[in-house]
Amino acid sequence: MTFSDYLFLFGGMGLVTYLPRALPLLYLAHKQLPQWLIDWLSLIPVAVLSALLAPSLFADVTDAADRSFSLGKPEFIVAIPTLIFALKTLSLGGTVLVGMFLYWLANFFY
Amino acid sequence: MNQNNDTNLPKQSDLLQQGAAAAWPICLGYIPIGLSLGVLAQQAGLPWWSVAMMSVLVFAGSAQFICVAMLAAGSSIAAIIFTTLIVNLRHTLMSSALAIYLAGVNRKFLTVFSYGITDESFAVNMTQFKNGQWDRWRALVVNHLANSVWILATVTGTLVGQFVPQGAFGIDYALTGMFICLLVFQLQGRIYILTGLLAALISVAWYLLIPGDSYIVGASVCAATLGYLMQRRYRSSK
Repeated sequence: MTFSDYLFLFGGMGLVTYLPRALPLLYLAHKQLPQWLIDWLSLIPVAVLSALLAPSLFADVTDAADRSFSLGKPEFIVAIPTLIFALKTLSLGGTVLVGMFLYWLANFFY
Repeated sequence: MNQNNDTNLPKQSDLLQQGAAAAWPICLGYIPIGLSLGVLAQQAGLPWWSVAMMSVLVFAGSAQFICVAMLAAGSSIAAIIFTTLIVNLRHTLMSSALAIYLAGVNRKFLTVFSYGITDESFAVNMTQFKNGQWDRWRALVVNHLANSVWILATVTGTLVGQFVPQGAFGIDYALTGMFICLLVFQLQGRIYILTGLLAALISVAWYLLIPGDSYIVGASVCAATLGYLMQRRYRSSK
């Protein structure tokens, strides 16, 4: 592919990536939001975080088409002490480092 | 343009320092992911400058991985762009939720800010906004630090990625660890815990049953809606 092929492809991808990020914010930031929408949106962060995280802990992917449930992934085993550490300390940096260390240790058992 | 709109600009060194303090887990997590994207891109025959161009113009990790895989498989440009749109639609949710904290901010700022809304920067900034002590400039620093590291990591991956050992120091777990802790920060009351549990349950079921990435938007919307309905019922029954 030539330079202009890449520019066209990535320009197009950039546009369809940017618009979903920009349009809701540009529109909603200058509107008086109804209370129900504020209540609903305030539950979005916890829902998104949980939805991003849970499948990576509980689902095994052997190939793109084959997903199966699992309670034995190292990601999940390590997540338990990491979660307890986060609950006890409320330290973001500490949790990241503890999680990394435990995951690194877990590699020797898997 | 009225320049006086932004006179409340805080001191720059504070901004950078506090932005970096909030952003470093993202940056750490982006390094292994960016490197492996670079390696895959290089194996698929993409030159390093095209990876730089992609990370600047697109800045969306999962879509970039899919793009490289589709290019390697010989997909058409239209198919790749359409897939990117589908994968990134989830950001409409995050962009909407950010509007609560960025209400009334001028459109020029929002135009720049929107570029850097990713799963990770969203999670970090929302947590900081919720705790107070945060403003849009610090949030912008988080976005752009994460973006800079991402660009550097992906380009470095195309050049030297194959020499970096896999899984060094458990760095692959950095983003998971960050998400776990940010989730804990969000659990400020029974309704949040309940919504989080619902989202976990629904997302896993959705992920197992439906191919693709729709589980993120699907489970988030379902769980937030159920949580909202339960909250309303609880309030009206009091």
